[in-house]
Amino acid sequence: MIQIHCPYCCELLPEQEFAYAGEAHIVRPEDPGALSDEAWRDYLFLRTNARGPYHERWRHVHGCSRFFNALRDTVSDRILVTYRMGEAPPAPPSEEGGDA
Amino acid sequence: MRFSFLSLLRNALAGQSLWTPQWPQAEPRKEYDVVIIGAGGHGLGAAYYLAKEHGITNVAVIDKGWLGGGNTGRNTTIIRSNYLYDESVGLYDHALKLWENLSQDLNYNVMFSRRGVLMLAHSVHDVQVFKRHVYANRRLGVDNEWLSPEEAQAYCPPLNIDPGARYPIMGAALQRRGGTARHDAVAWGYARAAAERGVDIIQNCAVRSISRDANGNVAGVETDRGFIAAKKVAVSVAGNTTPLMDTAGIRLPLESYPLQALVSEPVKPVMPCVVMSNTVHAYISQSDKGELVIGAGTDQYTSYSQRGALHIVEETVAAICEIFPIFSRMRMLRNWGGIVDVTPDRSPILGLTPVPGLYVNCGWGTGGFKATPGSAHVFAHTIARDEPHPLNAPFRLDRFRTGRLVDEAAAAAVAH
Repeated sequence: MIQIHCPYCCELLPEQEFAYAGEAHIVRPEDPGALSDEAWRDYLFLRTNARGPYHERWRHVHGCSRFFNALRDTVSDRILVTYRMGEAPPAPPSEEGGDA
Repeated sequence: MRFSFLSLLRNALAGQSLWTPQWPQAEPRKEYDVVIIGAGGHGLGAAYYLAKEHGITNVAVIDKGWLGGGNTGRNTTIIRSNYLYDESVGLYDHALKLWENLSQDLNYNVMFSRRGVLMLAHSVHDVQVFKRHVYANRRLGVDNEWLSPEEAQAYCPPLNIDPGARYPIMGAALQRRGGTARHDAVAWGYARAAAERGVDIIQNCAVRSISRDANGNVAGVETDRGFIAAKKVAVSVAGNTTPLMDTAGIRLPLESYPLQALVSEPVKPVMPCVVMSNTVHAYISQSDKGELVIGAGTDQYTSYSQRGALHIVEETVAAICEIFPIFSRMRMLRNWGGIVDVTPDRSPILGLTPVPGLYVNCGWGTGGFKATPGSAHVFAHTIARDEPHPLNAPFRLDRFRTGRLVDEAAAAAVAH
């Protein structure tokens, strides 16, 4: 179990209060009718699924109910930072030298 | 050395001194016709069928760890083919038919046990979904039958069918041809049989990247022990598929999640079959050593850590104790996690990629073990002929562009 800091409630709370909501910063197409099949595939299905720091969405379902973003290391599962919707994504820490 | 009654007898008399290593420790050569990345059941099996059925023996199987140490050694060994769609039933039942003769084919006891897989329905929705599966399977001549709660308990006596139970049992779907196999033996059996036919198995050698030549074709792999040239490269690395395919410039519709399992202390035979409850994410059978083998659902977030959260295991064990009150005082010995790569439609991706000479076998999610022989068999066909076998043609990567999904996710109606 990981502990997550909700940037709206400003509290560190257990994972069970939250629901994972997948990769963050995927922008809904402005003009869906104009999209090619390739662009639909990219939007709907392709995911970065990064090994290492990963921008992702969480929702505080058993609290304030709000969505927020997090930067989490998917190798250690450690959450590096959480931030509110609309805030600019923090840059991942510089490249790690460890084993791939 | 071939295993037979005579070889057992000879070694029994000679103090077990005549056995030879089951496969040699291969040193990587400079070049191969085919390099398969990932020495799990799927990768080793593909090497075996390449050698046996397609005469391609200049093959290396490379693994960053020891063979069978990934998801092949971490799953709960359940084998069944009662999926909803024709495409899935075709692929999984092909595997089930190969399981039936695998020990003879490999001259290696994979301990395939056709003990039956019972899938429990706890709600009206479950009943409707499972009956739909039963009819869909029987239409294709694949066995699957509907049992009342009493019939289910007769098949699996420890089951609690009290209507007042926390998870009441309203019936169950039974596939009698389903069962379990010894997962390590599958990896070892394929490794031995492939090595016998000339395949090099290279362990403890991580592939850093997949190299492409100036025309964009596959050129080989960059490894811990230098560059290995290859005409064809086949990727069979489950949860680590995304980072590896990124090095070849291919983005995939995959997310990697931890999936946990645990085993109890060994006891005398008490579970005659496999019982699955998709709704409460509890999967249980008993190994031949006597341990209860229990599988949980995936954790909610993506991860490469090969471990999961304790509360997931706690929920699964709580569900097991409700369905089988008889197990409530058993002690659990070990738990562990593996990383499973999940596709949006919960069906695998098995076939060609946009890079000539690069093939991928991934996206099996939480259920790849059961498919091992079938998947390996058609993957070898795909690599050898440079075109998919009819059974894996529907599982092409391109389906996420065309929209022709094999949507077992919607069919199962559970979070996988």
